[in-house]
Amino acid sequence: MNFILIAVIVLGSIGLIAAIVLFVCSKKFAVFEDPRIAQVNELLPGANCGGCGFAGCGGMADALVKGADKGSIEGLNCPVGGADVMGKVADLLGMAIANGEPKVAVVRCNGSCALRPKIAEYAGLRTCAAMNSCGAGETACGFGCLGCGDCVAACQFDAIHMNPETGLPEVDEEKCTACGACTKACPRGIIELRKKGPKGRRVFVSCVNKDKGAVAMKACKAACIGCGKCEKTCPFGAITVGNNVAYIDFNKCRLCRKCVDVCPKKAIHTVNFPAPKPVEPAKEEKEAQA
Amino acid sequence: MKIKTFSIGGIHPEENKLTHEVPTQVAPLPKQAIFPLSQHIGAPATPVVQKGDKVKVGTMIADAGGFVSAPIFSSVSGTVAKIDTAIDATGYRKPAIMIDVEGDEWEETIDRSDKLEQVKDHPELTPEEIVKRIKAAGVVGMGGACFPTFIKLTPPPTAKAECVIINAVECEPYITADYRLMMEHADEILVGLELLMKGAKVTKGYIGIETNKPKAIELLTTKCAEVFGQSEYSVEVVPLAQRYPQGGEKQLVDAVINRQVPAPPAIPVNVGAIVQNVGTAFAVYQAVIKRKPLFERYTTVTGKRLQNPGNYLVRMGTPMQDLIDLCGGMPEGDNKLLAGGPMMGKALTSTEVPICKGTNSVTILSGDDARRKEPQPCIRCAKCVGVCPMGLEPYLLAKLSEFKNWERAEKEDIVSCIECGSCQFTCPAHRPLLDNIRQGKQTVMGIIRSRAAKK
Repeated sequence: MNFILIAVIVLGSIGLIAAIVLFVCSKKFAVFEDPRIAQVNELLPGANCGGCGFAGCGGMADALVKGADKGSIEGLNCPVGGADVMGKVADLLGMAIANGEPKVAVVRCNGSCALRPKIAEYAGLRTCAAMNSCGAGETACGFGCLGCGDCVAACQFDAIHMNPETGLPEVDEEKCTACGACTKACPRGIIELRKKGPKGRRVFVSCVNKDKGAVAMKACKAACIGCGKCEKTCPFGAITVGNNVAYIDFNKCRLCRKCVDVCPKKAIHTVNFPAPKPVEPAKEEKEAQA
Repeated sequence: MKIKTFSIGGIHPEENKLTHEVPTQVAPLPKQAIFPLSQHIGAPATPVVQKGDKVKVGTMIADAGGFVSAPIFSSVSGTVAKIDTAIDATGYRKPAIMIDVEGDEWEETIDRSDKLEQVKDHPELTPEEIVKRIKAAGVVGMGGACFPTFIKLTPPPTAKAECVIINAVECEPYITADYRLMMEHADEILVGLELLMKGAKVTKGYIGIETNKPKAIELLTTKCAEVFGQSEYSVEVVPLAQRYPQGGEKQLVDAVINRQVPAPPAIPVNVGAIVQNVGTAFAVYQAVIKRKPLFERYTTVTGKRLQNPGNYLVRMGTPMQDLIDLCGGMPEGDNKLLAGGPMMGKALTSTEVPICKGTNSVTILSGDDARRKEPQPCIRCAKCVGVCPMGLEPYLLAKLSEFKNWERAEKEDIVSCIECGSCQFTCPAHRPLLDNIRQGKQTVMGIIRSRAAKK
C-alpha cells in the first residue's frame, strides 16, 4: 500500500508542478494572433500566386487585417479572387471596398513570323531569358517577343499559350487572373496588365520598339514608328509618344478608336469590339463584278 | 622539368591557329567609323563632340563617365555625322558616335615615329605620371574583358602588388593577334611591361606563354635577358602547357606563381599579382611614351572557310564587314559570326558591328562547326566537374538555375563561374550547361547586389 501511495504522491506532485509551469508560460509568453487573419485567409483563393505582391495568401491576409486596423485596405487587391473575394473580405473587416477595376494581361507585340522576318538562327537554351541575354534574338527587333514561352511557363492558371502560327503568346481572357506572373517572367517587359474594360473592350499599342522609325520599320512591318499621329488624333489626351513608341493610358482612354484608323502601321489593336458593319457600296460593287 | 600549368580542370580544344605565320597587315580606313560609348566594363563614356564637329585621329570624342570607365578617342579624321544608336557586340542598339572619314590627319601631340624609346630616356615618368597617362589615353584590358587598366595599377589599400604577369597565353583557338604582336613588337611590349611594373611599384615581372608559340618564347627570353639583365627589374618568361582557359586571370596566376585567388569579390591583386594582356602592354607603351591614345588594335580575322584569313592592325570603329571583305568575303552557306574566339566569343547577328577596344578576333564558323548538337539527358558522367577550372559542379549549377533554386546556387558558388565554357565543350550529351549557369549567375549576382544595396 505504501508503495502505491508514494507513487501517487510523487507523480501527482510532478504533474502539479508541470501544470503550474505550463500555465504560467502560456500566460506570460502568449502570442496573440488576430482570429480575423485566419478568417480572411479562409476567404482568399489559396492559389499562393503572389499576384497581390505578397509571398502567398497568408501574407496578404496579414496585410489586410493590419490595413483594416489602420483604417484602410486601399491598394490591396487579390487579382485572382477579384471583386467577389475582396467584397467578402471588406465585409468581414468592416471596410469599404477598395479594389480597382479588373485587369488582364496584354501582349504588346505584334511581330508575327510573317511581319517580322528572321535574320539569324538561335541555337542556345530555348528560354526567353537566355536568348535575351545573348543578343537581340532571331529577328532584327531588339524589343519584341522572343517566342520561347517564358510567360507560358510562368502562368499558374493555364491562361497564356503560344500561337504556333504567329509565334506570339495569346492570353485567354477567361482564365487570366491578372496575377502579373507573366509580366515579371518576360525579360523584355512586353506583357502589361491593362484594364479589362467594359465588356472586355480595350485599345492598346501592340508594340514596345524604342528604335527610331526607320530602324523599327526595317525590323518589323507592324512596329510602332513613333510618328505621333495617334497622339494628335486622340481627343482625350490618353496617348503619349516617348522613346519613339506610343502608349495609351488606359485610365484616360474612352475607347473611341479614332487612333486605330490613323495609325499607318496598324500597330494599335482593339479587342472585343463588334465587327464593323459591312459597307454597302462595296457589296454592290462585288455583286456587279460577279 | 615539368611544364607549368594551372592546377585543376581545363580542356584542350583543337587549336586551328590558321593565321599564326600570316604577318600583320594594316587595314584600310573605313568610310564611316562607329564608336559605341560602352566599350569597357563600367559606366559608358559621355560624348564631348557634337554633330558637325571636325575631329582628327586621336581626338577625344567621349570622356570617362565615372570612376570605372574610360575615355574614347577617334581613330579617324573627319566630321561627326551623328550621335545615334548602333548595334554593338552585345547584339543590341546602344548609343554610339558615327564619324564620316575624310583624309587621315593626326593630332600633333602624337609621336608617329617608329623609334624605340626606353623608360630611362624619360626621367619625367614617375609611377603616378605613368598611371595618369594610361588613364588619360583610355587604355583598357585588350584581352577582351576591357577593364580599365589604371584601376588595376592602383590596387585597394587592403592588397599589395608584388608582381606584374603579362598574359601572352592566347589559349583561345583560332586567335593569333597577340602572337603576331609579340613577334612584331617584342621590344615595345617589354618597355610596356617596364612601365607597368614601375606604375605598380613592383620589380618582379612574368610573361606567361603557351608552348605552342616556341618562337615567341625564344624571342622574348632573349630580349628579356638583354633588356632587364642589368636592371633592377627581374623578368621571367614562363612557358606554359597548352590548356584552356589558361588565359583566365585566376588560372594564369595559379599557373605562373602557384597562388590561388579566392572566390569573388577577391581579385588577383589580393594574392599580389597584377595581370595584363600583351596587347595592353603594347598599348601602355604607345600611350605613355608616344602619347598615342588607344584607337587601334591587332585583330585576327579567321575561319576555316574564309579565303584569306589574316591578322590586321585595325582602327577601332571599322565595321567587321570591311575586314571580312578583305579576307575574301563571307563564305557561302550558314555561318556563325563571333566577336572573339569560338570558346568565349559572342555570336553576332550583324556584320556592321564595329571593332572595339576588346575585339581581339572576328571568327567565322561555318557548316557543322557553327551548329550545336541536339541535347541528350545527363548521364551523370561528371566530365564537366573534371574540367571545371574553378572546381565547381557545372551539372548541378545548371540544374539549380533551371529550377530557379537561387539560394542553393549561391551556396554552390555559382558566382565563381568564369563562363569559360569548358563544361559545355566537354559534355558528351551536348547539354546547354553554360547557358543555364550564366542565367543563374546573372540572377544570383542581382540578388547579391540588391541585398548589399538594402544594407
